[in-house]
Amino acid sequence: MEILKTYKIYIGGSFPRTESGRYYPLKSSRGETIANLCLSSRKDVRNAVVAARKAFGTWSEKTAFNRGQILYRIAEILEGRKGQFFEELIKQGIGRKAAEKEVQASIDCLVYYAGWADKYVAVASSVNPVSSNHFNFSTLEPMGVVGIIAPQESSLLGLVSMLIPALCGGNTAIVLASENLPLCAVTFAEVLHASDVPGGVVNLLTGSIHETAPVLAAHMDVNALVSEDIGELGKSLSIACVDNLKRYIQYSSGITQGLQEIIELQEVKTTWHPIEKIGGATSTY
Amino acid sequence: MSIPRDFNLLLSNLSIDKVGVEERVARFQTRSIKNEAKHQGLKMVLNMIDLTTLEGKDTPGKVRQMCYKAHHLHDTHSGIPSVAAVCVYPTMVGIAKEALKNTSVKVASVSTAFPAGQSSMEVKLTDTRLAVDRGADEIDMVISRGKFLAGEYAFVFDEIAAIKEACGPARLKVILETGELSTLDNVRKASEIAILAGADFIKTSTGKIQPAATMQVTYTMLMAIKDHYDKTGLMVGMKPAGGISTSKLALHNLVMVKEILGSAWLSNEWFRFGASSLANDVLMQLLKLESGRYQSSDYFTID
Repeated sequence: MEILKTYKIYIGGSFPRTESGRYYPLKSSRGETIANLCLSSRKDVRNAVVAARKAFGTWSEKTAFNRGQILYRIAEILEGRKGQFFEELIKQGIGRKAAEKEVQASIDCLVYYAGWADKYVAVASSVNPVSSNHFNFSTLEPMGVVGIIAPQESSLLGLVSMLIPALCGGNTAIVLASENLPLCAVTFAEVLHASDVPGGVVNLLTGSIHETAPVLAAHMDVNALVSEDIGELGKSLSIACVDNLKRYIQYSSGITQGLQEIIELQEVKTTWHPIEKIGGATSTY
Repeated sequence: MSIPRDFNLLLSNLSIDKVGVEERVARFQTRSIKNEAKHQGLKMVLNMIDLTTLEGKDTPGKVRQMCYKAHHLHDTHSGIPSVAAVCVYPTMVGIAKEALKNTSVKVASVSTAFPAGQSSMEVKLTDTRLAVDRGADEIDMVISRGKFLAGEYAFVFDEIAAIKEACGPARLKVILETGELSTLDNVRKASEIAILAGADFIKTSTGKIQPAATMQVTYTMLMAIKDHYDKTGLMVGMKPAGGISTSKLALHNLVMVKEILGSAWLSNEWFRFGASSLANDVLMQLLKLESGRYQSSDYFTID
């Protein structure tokens, strides 16, 4: 007899069920029930934000090099659990070839951002010319707690390519998984759990984004929100983001990869450091 | 005040049913308080807080800042009450008094060689008079736990009675430091001694020892107050202190007070919370109720 897996949510490094006790069935294309998933509530969102805020200190204060190592570790663990992801992707209705391609691309994405972790600050920072006796430089700092509405049509790669640049930059995250393709998301949370990622750095909720995303957008303790183009919902979310001047990034495509994706979730800090004199041919600092 | 003749008799037969206490306390925690009731409850909690700073690194500036916060909890929002009192060390009483003149906020001072209470009677009395002379409205004393645990109940009684006398018009809160008393039987016994010796309030903890104000301990002390009231008709106040940092826990405490002692105790004359971080959590809950948005600590003062 096949033992069906219970898909739970991931908050603060543990896997609870939704506090609301509500579930929704996930159907295959043939109409059979594949799994029951948590229909997360606004209180789950609240708990996830508290966990993410609490984890922000430890995660952002880790050395950039160490964060890179941890991202690489996620790739290693994902590699070892490939088989499970193939199966879940196929269950959710895509072919074996496409499934293999998607898992491979996700691993590549992790390794890509693992490499950037201790380099993006150097690349994106600058020393600025100013007309006073100051050494003036700008550097990047993580924004804080980031809400991520994972792409609806890409179960694993979409989630990975949206989440990992946030982590790479030292942010902590609350991820709202794809409503119709949530299996890989929950299993990916298990991968994170096994990969030296401290509890609370990533929190993952399943359920209806129409119910949970507005709570996240209005939450005063969330600093940024990321999603693909989600039409009308996106418009109302951007209005809800105004109260705490939350940055809302909407990508036209769910799957993107690059340095810019890290920088979008950073704040620029500029320092004016007094020096003796300006100009002249020799450096004064 | 002298020791009652039946003192030892009063202190015998005070064993507490720990399992029963835990069950009853668990039931208080299942109460769901929502909407308007929650709104009123949260405001009541704010008005019962003794905003506290008891650290070696306290400075006049920090005390003044806390006093300002005591009656300006969140200025961008109207209809928020002030806290009941600020609680400081005796050396800071003058500064707090000055900062709080023309407000309803009282000044409480710890005394009697707080927090350990390891000093002579003379020093403890001087400590108390120092605070009273500088204008403290309330005195928070600690009992000698060592003597209590050694069974010298009469010593503990005499000490409290002497401090009560030194307080003059100031109200006396007696800190039992329940984290050091090990059993609920001892908590009940110490409550009894403090009440008989003239305490206006009994208080759980200094905040320096864990565990502090657990609901089990507060329950046991509330029962001592209730029994005293039933016997004599005299009210004694209660102050759980230390470890109550969330609104939910504070509301559960209010439910417990209401159900054991009744509405008469639901004012800051008879019930207080000793806390430093509770106020911000209550404010955040209050604003969440009114705005529908979950709040961030970024928008509230750092104590």
